[in-house]
Amino acid sequence: MKSTETKVNKKVSVKFTRALLQVPKYAVLIFCCLLVIIPLVVVLIGAFKTHDEYISTGVFELPSVPQFENFKIAFINGKVMQGLLNTAIILAVSCFGTIITGTMTAFVLQRFRTIFTRGVKAVFLFASLLPNISMQVTVFQIVSKLGMYDSLAAPCVLYIGTDIISIYIFMQFLDNISLSLDESAFLDGAGYPRIYWSIILPLLRPAIATVLVIKFVSIYNDFYTPNLYMPSKELGVVSTALYRFIGPYGAKWEIIFAGIIICIIPTLIIFLCLQKSIYSNLVTGSVKE
Amino acid sequence: MTSDSPVRVKRTLVQWLKGYTGQKYLTTFLFLLIPLVLLVLFTIIPAVNMGIYSFQQRDQLGVSWEWVGFDNYIRIFTDKDYLSTFKNSLYYLAGSFLQQVGALLIASILCSKIKFSGLFKGILFFPYMMNGVAVSLIFRRFFQKGDGITNTEGTLNSILMLFGLDPVRWLSNPDIVNFCLVFASIWRYIGFDIIMYIGAIQSISPDIYEAAALDGANAWQRFRYIVFPGIRPIVSLQLILAVKGAISVFEIPYIITGGKTGTSTFVIKTIETAFQYQKIGLASAMAVVLLAIILIVTGIQKAVFKERR
Repeated sequence: MKSTETKVNKKVSVKFTRALLQVPKYAVLIFCCLLVIIPLVVVLIGAFKTHDEYISTGVFELPSVPQFENFKIAFINGKVMQGLLNTAIILAVSCFGTIITGTMTAFVLQRFRTIFTRGVKAVFLFASLLPNISMQVTVFQIVSKLGMYDSLAAPCVLYIGTDIISIYIFMQFLDNISLSLDESAFLDGAGYPRIYWSIILPLLRPAIATVLVIKFVSIYNDFYTPNLYMPSKELGVVSTALYRFIGPYGAKWEIIFAGIIICIIPTLIIFLCLQKSIYSNLVTGSVKE
Repeated sequence: MTSDSPVRVKRTLVQWLKGYTGQKYLTTFLFLLIPLVLLVLFTIIPAVNMGIYSFQQRDQLGVSWEWVGFDNYIRIFTDKDYLSTFKNSLYYLAGSFLQQVGALLIASILCSKIKFSGLFKGILFFPYMMNGVAVSLIFRRFFQKGDGITNTEGTLNSILMLFGLDPVRWLSNPDIVNFCLVFASIWRYIGFDIIMYIGAIQSISPDIYEAAALDGANAWQRFRYIVFPGIRPIVSLQLILAVKGAISVFEIPYIITGGKTGTSTFVIKTIETAFQYQKIGLASAMAVVLLAIILIVTGIQKAVFKERR
């Protein structure tokens, strides 16, 4: 009787110490999450304040009546709407372009092992090491000579033309698509363009999804390319539209806050919908080396 | 194409194009045409120009230029203005080591039995997906010092005041501003490392882990002798990437402080030199230096990984 009691006690105490050991784990996680959330919460609260409230109340104080005026100003006067539209155009064109040129390049480089394709592969490998932002020092002249400066074409062409990571992802994926598929199609009389289009491209669908996610994140968040190549007010994208708030709305943080919130919402929606695949896709994208 | 076999000679060009080899070359040509034009235009020509310009003194339009030998390179490594940007990279390098340690800690916690681990993971990862301008503006406000007229105290100062501490001028004090920028940078990027490490830890067979637990290994021993050896390749990859990242920092200091009060980085300085001061030669030399550093680090990375295999 007594021994069972002590056993139970022991069990309880083991459980208790285990639970106690969990406490620091949760403490670390909650602390880190607070570090992430607090700066964001301040922005969320501030976006609903009037300017007078912003000046007179602390950052954690809620607005007396939530205002939506700031969002309207940011969206229309602050040109965030136009930025979203331009970003959408650039995204659509560059994603389409990258998928077509990227899969075609990967197909040729992975399937045909000639001296020429090996050489091209080596050049692509070297190109992937070039520091993107610093390269603009000399890319700028080419873009202006081609007459693309200050047009939506500039970022589109740069995003398509200098995207080597996508080619690598497609090539990696092609490694796992059996060559015998191509060969049997070839014997059946299909030409290579046909094989690419009807067999390879559909099989590459998961890789295309990966590339789309990576492209969305990198283009939507890119600031430097549009800032350098599209100085016109009408050609703002989300990043540059928001960056330009610093001038006219420099003292009106409540409007900047509203702009930030609008700009984060598309990302948040995509993140919540595709959470699991985003984790795996972004990691695949980075381990290409 | 010109083979001496009599059968082949008879074949016309059209027939050759329909054959296996012909198809191969035709497809190669057609499929690579656009990508190669883009590669030559936007990567190869600029890269070659970069090399040439780095030995010249020239302006953006290239109207007047002259050869100056290694003057540009010498200036980068002797001028205090340029050297200080290397020093700033050290802050980010130190920061990314901290970031790796933190990410590893959080990842191993998230891999143990934890409730709401998906939620924690999501919250910690989300900043990585956020727009860099938005992140930078958020941290401008976070570190802001109130002036009592147009601005109230920023987030961090408000928290300090809750604990009865005095507000601090975070961004205008050259001694602490770089730490603030590094903090913002860690805030933005740590989620990605956490996901990487979680992936690496989960790829370790749980059997070994359980066996060790049964043998009485404590948490630290399990980490030291099972988890860490298993994830070492990822750790070294991450450390090498951290070096590349530290020298290429751009967005966060460019938007939060504009590179002022001693926060300029090597890339910010390059861009300034090229587009503000119009010194294309010097800027090209800086880009070449950055490329050289990246090549060296990549070489080390390749060597380290070959050894492991």
